[in-house]
Order: sequence, then structure tokens, then C-alpha cells
Amino acid sequence: MFEHLKAFIHHGKRYIPDPTKAVLPNIHTGKPVITSQNCEINCTKCVEICPSQAIELNPISIQLHKCVFCLECQHTCSVNKIQFTNELQISSNSIEKLRIKEGNNNPITFDTDKIRKEVVQKIGRALRLRLVSAGSCNGCELELGASGNVNFDMGRYGIEFLASPRHCDGLVITGPITENNFDSVRLTYDAIPEPKIVILVGSCATGGGLFTQSPALRRQILSELKPDLYIPGCPIHPLTFINGILDFLKAAK
Amino acid sequence: MELINNTSIDINEIPQLDYNTFCDFLLKIKNSTFRCVNYFAHKDDSKIILFAFIASDIKPTIEVACCYVDEGSKLHSLSKDLPSINVFEREIEEQFNIKFEHSPWNKPLRFPFDRKNKEISISDYPFFKIENHELHQVGVGPIHAGIIEPGHFRFICNGEKVIHLEIQLGYQHRGIENLMISNNSPVYRNKLAEIISGDTVVGHTLAHSYIIEALTNTKSALNLELERSIALELERIAMHTFGLSALSTDVAYQFGCVALQDLRTIIINTFMTWCGNRFAHKLIEPAFSKYPITNEIKDTIRKNLQEFKPRFEEVTNVLFNMPSVLNRFESIGIVTEIQAKEMQFVGMTARTCGLERDVRKSNPFAYYNELCPEIVVLNHGDVKARAKIRQLEIFESIEYIYKLLELHKTETFKKPTNSSLKPNQIALSLTEGWRGEVCHTAITDEQGNCIRYKVKDPSLHNWMALALSVRNNDISDFPICNKSFDLSYCGFDL
Repeated sequence: MFEHLKAFIHHGKRYIPDPTKAVLPNIHTGKPVITSQNCEINCTKCVEICPSQAIELNPISIQLHKCVFCLECQHTCSVNKIQFTNELQISSNSIEKLRIKEGNNNPITFDTDKIRKEVVQKIGRALRLRLVSAGSCNGCELELGASGNVNFDMGRYGIEFLASPRHCDGLVITGPITENNFDSVRLTYDAIPEPKIVILVGSCATGGGLFTQSPALRRQILSELKPDLYIPGCPIHPLTFINGILDFLKAAK
Repeated sequence: MELINNTSIDINEIPQLDYNTFCDFLLKIKNSTFRCVNYFAHKDDSKIILFAFIASDIKPTIEVACCYVDEGSKLHSLSKDLPSINVFEREIEEQFNIKFEHSPWNKPLRFPFDRKNKEISISDYPFFKIENHELHQVGVGPIHAGIIEPGHFRFICNGEKVIHLEIQLGYQHRGIENLMISNNSPVYRNKLAEIISGDTVVGHTLAHSYIIEALTNTKSALNLELERSIALELERIAMHTFGLSALSTDVAYQFGCVALQDLRTIIINTFMTWCGNRFAHKLIEPAFSKYPITNEIKDTIRKNLQEFKPRFEEVTNVLFNMPSVLNRFESIGIVTEIQAKEMQFVGMTARTCGLERDVRKSNPFAYYNELCPEIVVLNHGDVKARAKIRQLEIFESIEYIYKLLELHKTETFKKPTNSSLKPNQIALSLTEGWRGEVCHTAITDEQGNCIRYKVKDPSLHNWMALALSVRNNDISDFPICNKSFDLSYCGFDL
């Protein structure tokens, strides 16, 4: 018993006091910034190297929901046009808001008009979610698990993953939505009582990630499900997830 | 024909055997120090070529042979003699126009999008049935009660006792192997290798890097190899700690779960300060590293391990001395040495059944040639052994990382200029991820295009270990058996 107590004392306090104010190390790959620097003439290197076709030219922009945060565009650019920061709030309910434009360094916001009324009315303080992994690599699952652990402790906000969809307010989807696990997504969505929200977590889910060309997917269902929140990342950081949800709840109020 | 791990050979030099001699070649693995590390098919014009690679636990050479067969061939199945070959045969039969006759278990493996028989889908899987009104079936999944990947488990039970478990996977199939050859961008391929199985990022990207290095004739600096070994061992520590935490959860030992989760955070945050990602994305690439270890990073690794080790030791010593925990761990989910040999289990699972099977020792890569950690081997093959081996391997890895940090010299690396692949080659790479042996194989054509990329995660072999381990156990012990193996769904489904 004394050994146990000793271990307990050495464990100490481990939680992050306020996840909304936490700052990640500078090396963390968060929101990118596109500077007003002039590109080299006719240079398309960033577009060519991007493994997930997230960059568009004229003017240059990054679609964050497609980005896999590999930093290759930043490394390949000779004029430092694209720079990733450690900014961890990269969630939105609108794909348009997730487009990073040249010279615009404002935080990513929500499109409050798009938030459905019934969701605004229904969501109180707690949020119970059900996860379906449809082709995810277990990276986002591990980070979603970590979101509830002793360090990040999202349970303090009443956000929790549950087993039964009947008891949930929303569906969290990770992975690019495979043909083979399509039925699970459908069944779980149908089993959650109305009104319900749909959250896409991780680059595979938000924009298909590296799998946009894969014939093994069935992403068409997304146009039907109408996702309420996009949280990009490869994999998502627990703080990105927690802040994404909290910001969404704030915007819905 | 023999080759060394992480090299390539000319595809035309591989001896072409007729199917009977090819079978004799495969039958070599009846001797349990040999194992078949990969056996797959490749379609070449009108012919189908079967490739088989046999490695040994005691010597570093890997034997290879191939066999040309006609499309639509009916071949004699080896599954009866060599049960471990069964998964490979099922995979080949599912994707190619070949029939393995007299196979005792020729079921679909993962329902890939390019399967031969499009008339059946994943919901039509033919489960094994026992007709007896005293037995009942329990189906679990594909959606599980936790934050995990999908897979279906079908139990046949006599009361509470499990008679038989059949595991059906494929839900995570994303077509990785196909994407590897359809996109020629080295960046894309490397990134894709990172997410083959997101918990074995270093293991898989390392195997992929060696394939590319072998095919482009480049060699990594010794210091880079040393850094890769550090990364691989850090990943082992992180995931083993996670496994122990999850095992604590499954036996309702709350403090163990909480404390070990926090300890894992220390290790993965080490990756964060090293390369900006908690899972070591971006860290490993062919013959190069954008994130060489600096003195600062060295200090961080040392500091974090010094914080980690005493607390980990304390918590796990309490864990392994608690009667209520041991009661749930001991003699549960036993895999025997005979089963491990016959089914060719790899990694931790094999090493808890008394087999010294570790690629780091038998086919050294990275820095393991120069210096290899002590390989931990246990004998009991139960849940406790699989928990205990995690603890012991973590201690070994920590000592090993300390030694490597001593030997490390700060160095920046030059990006290799050559990215064109050698024509007509076949390359093979084996690495030892935390779960076990990871194997990547690639074939190039006359123009140096990659025309076949084959990935094998240790889970391909080890899912069967879970199915065998729960027999004659109570069904309530299934979760803890499952967690003790901690296998990959997406690594299997690809």
C-alpha cells in the first residue's frame, strides 16, 4: 500500500490548467500563413509537391481541410511564401473559412449563419459523441483517446465519447470513409436521435487526405450528412480537437 | 537465391521454379527457425508470378524464389501442411485469377476494391458454423464500444466459454498498395507510408525508406541510422506504455491507466520537440532527415527518459504486484509455443512463447548492426507475459537509447539527389516495429517505375494468435486478450 501511495504522490497533478490558453511548441505544425512575398516567376513548386492537392495558385491559397501538414510546401519554397505556425485553432464549420489566403493572418472563424437552429437550441453544456472510424490509421483514434486522458481531460467540459449512439448528440467520423465500412457510418448516424451534429476529424475525413484518388472509398455520403464541424490535422492534436469543439459550442450560442 | 535485408536484386536472377519445386521451397518453413516473411502474386502480362521470401531467425540472409503460373490455374493449397501460409494464399486467391484447391480455409481476407469476385461484399463473409442447439453465437463489431477501429468478431460459445472465435476484417481497406504505385511522387509515397498504420509510423516509414534507398542505390549516414534506431525505440516505449495503460483500464485498475497515459504523453511529446509531431510524422525519409538530432534535442530526450523511467518503474512494479490485477492477467489467453511456431507469429507474441524472433537481431537494420539491445524472451504466452514483456522491453529500450545518445555525433544530412529507381529490381525490407516484423516489398519494371508495392504488417500473422488465445477462456476475458495483442486493423486491411 505504501508503494501505491508513493507512486500516487509522484504522479502528482498532470492536467493542463486551461486547454483554451495552452500554447504548443513552435515546431508544432498548425495554421499556415501565406505571406505577401512575391513568388518566383512561373514557380509552381508548392502545388507540384503537395501530396494532397491542397494548394491552389493565382492567388495562392491553401485549403486547410485537404492539407496533411507535411510541411513540404514550406520546405520547397525558395522565398518563404508559406509558413506554418504553431496556432492550434484550425477548426471551422465551413470549408470556405478553412481556405488560407495570401496576406490574411486572421484566426480561423465560424460561419454562424450556417449553424443549424435546432442545434443551437438543443446543445446545452454537455456534449456526448460517438466515434466511427472508417479507414482511419489509428492516429486520430489515439489522439481522441488522449483528449480524454489525465493531461487534456476534456471531460471537464462535459465532452465525452460514449458507446451507445442512442445516448449521443453527435457523430465523429475519422478516416476517408471506406466502401467497406460505409454501412457502419450510415447505421450509427441513423441511430443517433435528432437533432444531431456531425464532426469530421483528421485530414482523411475532412478532405480525403491522401486518399482522394482511392477507388476504395465512398465519400458521397458526406453531401447527405452535412458535416457541422471540420477539424483538420494529421493526426489531430488533442488540443486542436478540444478547442475546435469549444469554439463550435461558443459560436452556436 | 539469397538477398540481405534492405537490398534489391535483379528480378531476372530469381530462380523460376515450377509449382511443385516452389512448394518444396516453401515447405522449408516446417523447420521452425525459418519463416515466410512474404508470399504474394504479381500479374505480368498474361502470366501470374508468385514470389516467396523465407527468412531465418538465426541468419541474416533471406531466400527468394518465384513461380510463373497461368491465369486461371488450379494449384494445390499448402495450407494444410503449413497453416501459416493460409493468409497469403487467401490474399492471392482473393485478388488474382488463381484457385488454391483443397484449402481447408479459403475465405476472403479483406474484400479489397480490386477483388476478383465483385458479387460478394463484406457483409457476405461466410462464417464458420457449428450446428448444435446448446451452443450460441455472439457477434461483436464492426462498430465497437470504444474509440477504436472497426473489425468483426464472431464467437461460438458454450455458455460463457468460448469454443471458437473468427475474426473478420477489411472494413479499413483504403487501397494503400494500389496508391503506392499509382502516384510516382516520393513525397506522396513517404506520407502514405506514415499512415499505413498510424501507431507504427516509424516502423513503416523506415521500411519504406529502405526500399527506396535500395532501389535508388543510396545509403544513409551511420549517424542517421543511429537516429532512426532512437526513433524506433521511442515509438516502442510509447506504444508499449499505451498497451499497459489500456490493459490496466480493462481490469479496472484506474490509477495504472491514468499514470501510464500520462507517462506515454512524456514520450510522444519528445517526438513533438524533435520533429513537430507526436507520432513522428515527417521524421523518417529515404537517406535524409529534416530534423537531425541537435544537442538540445539530445538533452530533451535524456531529460524526458530520466523523468519517465523511475515513475514507470514504480507504477508497473505496483501493477505487477497487485493480486487483483494478476488474477486477471495470469493464465488467461494462452498461446502455446507449438501454435506460435506453426502459425508463424511474430514480434512480441512470438517472444512471449519462447521464440527468439526479432528482426533487430536476425536481419539487423538501422544501427542494430553495430549495437543491438538485449532481446527479451518469455515463456508463458499468457496475458501476463504479454504485459510483462512490454515492461521489460521498455527498460531495454531506455538503456539502449542512452547508449546511442552517447555515441551520437551532431551532423546535418545532405538530401540525396538521385530519385530515379533502378529498373527490373525487387527490393525487400524488414524492420521490427513495436508490434513485430514489418515487411515492405517493391518491384520495378524496365523503365524503373514501381509496378508492385506489397506491405505486410505484423498483424497479418498475429490476428490468428488472438483467435487461438481466447479458446476455452470466458468470453468476459476477450477484451483483455484483445488488448494484450493490441493489433492493427488498418495495417491488416491496407
